[in-house]
Amino acid sequence: MDLDFTILEQLTQIFGPSGSEERVAEFIANQLRPYCDELKTDTLGNLMVVRHGTGKKIMVAAHMDEIGLMITHLDKEGFLRFTPLGGVRIPNLVGQRVKFSKGRIGTIGVEKLDKPSDLKLDKLYIDIGVSSREEAEQIVHIGETAVFIGDFVESESKIISKALDDRIGCFVAIEALKRTKSTNELAFVFTVQEEIGIRGARTASYSLEPDLAIAVDVTATGDTPKAHPMSVKLGSGVGIKVLDHSMITSPRIKRWMAAIATERKIPFQWEVLEYGGTDSGAIHLSRGGVPSGVLSIPTRYVHSPAEMLDKRDVEAAVDLLVALLERATEL
Amino acid sequence: MLLKSLSELNGTSGAEGLVRNFLRQQIEPFVETINVDKIGNLIATKNGHLPGPKVMLAAHMDEVALMIIEITSDGFLKFRPVGGIDARILVSKPVQINESLVGVIGAKAIHLQKRSERQKALSFDQLYIDIGAKSKEDAAKKVKLGDYAYFMTKCEPFGEGLYKGKAFDDRIGCAILVELLKQDYNFPLVAAFTVQEEVGLRGAKVAAYHVAPDFAIVIEGTVAADVFDCEEEGWVTELGQGPACSLMDRATFFNPELIQWVTDIARHKGIPLQFRRGGSGGNDAGTIHVSKAGIPTIALSVPCRYIHSFASVISEKDYTACLNLVHELLKELPRKLEISSMDKEAKV
Repeated sequence: MDLDFTILEQLTQIFGPSGSEERVAEFIANQLRPYCDELKTDTLGNLMVVRHGTGKKIMVAAHMDEIGLMITHLDKEGFLRFTPLGGVRIPNLVGQRVKFSKGRIGTIGVEKLDKPSDLKLDKLYIDIGVSSREEAEQIVHIGETAVFIGDFVESESKIISKALDDRIGCFVAIEALKRTKSTNELAFVFTVQEEIGIRGARTASYSLEPDLAIAVDVTATGDTPKAHPMSVKLGSGVGIKVLDHSMITSPRIKRWMAAIATERKIPFQWEVLEYGGTDSGAIHLSRGGVPSGVLSIPTRYVHSPAEMLDKRDVEAAVDLLVALLERATEL
Repeated sequence: MLLKSLSELNGTSGAEGLVRNFLRQQIEPFVETINVDKIGNLIATKNGHLPGPKVMLAAHMDEVALMIIEITSDGFLKFRPVGGIDARILVSKPVQINESLVGVIGAKAIHLQKRSERQKALSFDQLYIDIGAKSKEDAAKKVKLGDYAYFMTKCEPFGEGLYKGKAFDDRIGCAILVELLKQDYNFPLVAAFTVQEEVGLRGAKVAAYHVAPDFAIVIEGTVAADVFDCEEEGWVTELGQGPACSLMDRATFFNPELIQWVTDIARHKGIPLQFRRGGSGGNDAGTIHVSKAGIPTIALSVPCRYIHSFASVISEKDYTACLNLVHELLKELPRKLEISSMDKEAKV
């Protein structure tokens, strides 16, 4: 399969923290306009890409938002205080660069600490290189959000970038919709606000009322030095979710997914994630319940500016998603 | 004074009856329909017959309080908080239990405490309510498990335009809703006085589902930490600087475009406005904005010092400004909603 990873590169570098996903939505809409019958956004900002068909209504969900920060205070000297957007690891923030929607870049600094354990959110600030509150106000305002900077790097088999969580899911969904010949009713939803509480998927699934839902997101791995034990490895295939904190996959769904992967010789691995959750967590509880499964892309260093994944797992994910869309009637 | 009456009524999560009855009497002359839904929200409607977008205003009736969970063998009452209460503020305060019973929150005196005990603030486990009972049997005649104990502070003015009292979170929102229901708007308006906000935004979840509004405004009391020994970056809000527009909390990321709309109207009408600066906490907007297919929601709060305590402090100026701002927003809303729906069509 020929995947154009330059699309992924562009996706990862677009500004899109939780609550400000418009630019990601616009990019995806432009990618998929020729491949769908209908494009719409809803109240929260979810992008819904619909291709009409006659069979089951299948919802595919990938979230557009990335983790980031929100400015809460500008001080006299022009330093900014902030609060995290999503699962940001406070001890890893010092020295990171952040970017605001209009392109301004800042660096995260820290007050003098008496001991390392004093490193808490309220000791950190963003320095955007100005010297007064008035100067800062010309550039940023309270409530404005920022993302981390993390360039896209591609090697023979791996990709490193910020925001692979979950632009990789968006990429897999985009590539699958371009390739699929499924005659089912397809609703590809690029969701908002997953990182801050799985909120977009909740309202989208309510309005769509799908017969089946498949979310695509990253998952952690256990293949790094002294990692928390987890059997998922980079390069060992697409993950089929068994469980996370937001959902336990129905055996019928996961067996169906695995059977098709086996038949098509698509490498897959079972994913048991002991923390976290994804869009399916909200979707499977929508209305009277929606049969739901998750395809996961194994990713190291999730929620850092240098997340890492294996291109072969991405190919497996696209292949399996395309196959599932065509075979949904067997479920 | 409406706020004083509301503040002095007792009504915690799951026991909002007195507040609900009082509010019902207050609003009856001004609304067309009033009903109480299955979870206990008081829902009042004006202009229900008019076409056009339906707007819901929400304020919660419940306050934080204590629940009696055990009567000790010597007749003291053990308790747990209903909603978020800092255990350190409780010792030696009087509380009201049921209609006619007063108790005092007690703890072992300092000279009887071990050295290690003195190092740490008193926790819920070390505190009890003394109702003067001689025995478990004696206490059980007056109190049963599950009864509530309330702060008993009179609402009074002090300083320059300030008020102290209990339960301003969120009786101040309830008071503003009552005042707004006296006004006339040319669209369907629903006031939802909600239950169980303090224990998980539960009443609002139910109300949003069955009211199914096109737009929602949550009116709240929120933290003001502009006090001694707090750095400016941690204030969250400041007394006397107008209502605080929410940006983000643990339950909601507020739509930046709607925040801009609120900001523009406040500026245009000369009403002071501040932002709620900090990501913690949550209010009814959290469950309202994700109801059904999603509901555009904003939240405006009156800053309260010492919130969730025996004596919160608010500024009358902030209360008035909040009321005026919501009134101006409501007047502008029909036009705003018309423009937004046009925007949406243009996008597709």
